[in-house]
Amino acid sequence: MSDAAPALPHPVTTERPLTRWLLIGLVIAVLGVLLFAPLITVFAEALRGGPGAAVASLGVPEARSAIRLTLMVAAISVPLNAAFGIAAAWLVAKYDFRGKTLLLTLIDIPFSVSPVVAGLCLVLTFGAHSALGGWLVAQGHPIIFAFPGIVLASMFVTFPFVARELIPVMVEQGRAEEEAALTLGASGWRVFRSVTLPNIRWALLYGVLLSNARAMGEFGAVAVVSGKIRGVTATMPITIEMLYNEYLSTAAFALAAVLALLALVTLGLKTLLELRHADALAAARRH
Amino acid sequence: MHIDIDELSKEFGATAALHPVSLSVPSGALVALLGPSGSGKTTLLRILGGLEFPTAGRVMFDGQDATNLTVQQRRAGFVFQSYALFRHMTVFDNIAYGLKARPRASRPPRAEIARRVTNLLALIQLPDIGTRYPSQLSGGQRQRVALARALAIEPRMLLLDEPFGALDAKVRKELRQGLRDIHDTTGLTTLFVTHDQDEAMELADLVVVMSMGRIEQIGKPADIRARPATPFVREFIAA
Repeated sequence: MSDAAPALPHPVTTERPLTRWLLIGLVIAVLGVLLFAPLITVFAEALRGGPGAAVASLGVPEARSAIRLTLMVAAISVPLNAAFGIAAAWLVAKYDFRGKTLLLTLIDIPFSVSPVVAGLCLVLTFGAHSALGGWLVAQGHPIIFAFPGIVLASMFVTFPFVARELIPVMVEQGRAEEEAALTLGASGWRVFRSVTLPNIRWALLYGVLLSNARAMGEFGAVAVVSGKIRGVTATMPITIEMLYNEYLSTAAFALAAVLALLALVTLGLKTLLELRHADALAAARRH
Repeated sequence: MHIDIDELSKEFGATAALHPVSLSVPSGALVALLGPSGSGKTTLLRILGGLEFPTAGRVMFDGQDATNLTVQQRRAGFVFQSYALFRHMTVFDNIAYGLKARPRASRPPRAEIARRVTNLLALIQLPDIGTRYPSQLSGGQRQRVALARALAIEPRMLLLDEPFGALDAKVRKELRQGLRDIHDTTGLTTLFVTHDQDEAMELADLVVVMSMGRIEQIGKPADIRARPATPFVREFIAA
């Protein structure tokens, strides 16, 4: 009799090598087909006529206007949604009140409603044929087929991202640290700035990045409310579609490549921040 | 500072957390609020600290009505059950928080803040942990840092919610003496909540036994042991 335990074929917590390789291979295959291949295609198509042609197609007024419009829409809708998202998450996570479930459902509506439907709702509410829209047009501030409508549509579809990221984090952290800060004499605003915000900053960053990516890429809702006026209300995704339908592949793919690049840059920024603050991140998670 | 609690009650919706209770705490006393969970002891402590507001009744600090003072105006050093240290700040910044949060006119200069934090770290006998984060501390160390943070604001009283609840038995015993020493050094009126009758009897000058939102008995530990006022008290201290 020996003391050694009977040799197991493999440790109980890991799979057999064959299973492991099969699973890893499957993931790589799916990622390759669904993510990497399309991404490479976009850049390859954009550069098919040479880098010069791609750059030239981006220089035309229509493309430049689309890029400017998309960036402006994101620059307005993302900060506003971050502020609303923080407020909503704060309310849901830190207080108990009647109608909380209803509020949670309302926050989720943009996830469950098709963006096209959302766009149509905005047209019906603010369009020239509605009372409110008619009045606004008479005042010289049209919403639909104009910049404000695009911002509204983008905000509608991206509304849940920040709140949904923050709520679980804030629920888990509870109110104790905020209460402690209050007993130490801090004002409500100081508590928010020095305790609440630092504790949620990573979740907030993820929420903002997701919200930004969606705001820049939104097609359906914006397509309905913008009226697709070339060089005026056509955002990047809409311009890409119009160019593609007109068989201007180089221009379409060049613009698509820029949109993809913007997304890659945001991802890169996120990774950079994570690397730089790895210590703080680890400390916060271990607690 | 002496504290008078006058017919204080608290209702959460339809449930009464506190039936009208009255209690007088002499200046400089070390008081235990003792009772099982749901007895209203934490609610009473939170009302004193300004974290909850009573449905009816009054709280007096040194004879002055303090019922409507905000949490910031009360200047109560509060130690929370799980300590609630700011996880993204070093121990030094945790302790300095209350001093830095003061309005500019009464805020001590940076060097003075550093001096006071250093003194407090010496008081809790952890002089070298200023640069660490809460996640790098043991449970006992966290409790002492929370105590130092509460003391930093030069509080008028010290309120502790189950200060030993999250610790193992050995550390508990050590820190009991630590709290007694800090109380004796600072002379602060101190109330702590506990469900552990040994802890209450050993540490406190005055024990307030609570059950179901009512005060069952107020007395010195020896008196409560010798003459329990109600069947509940007799049973609870025998357990």
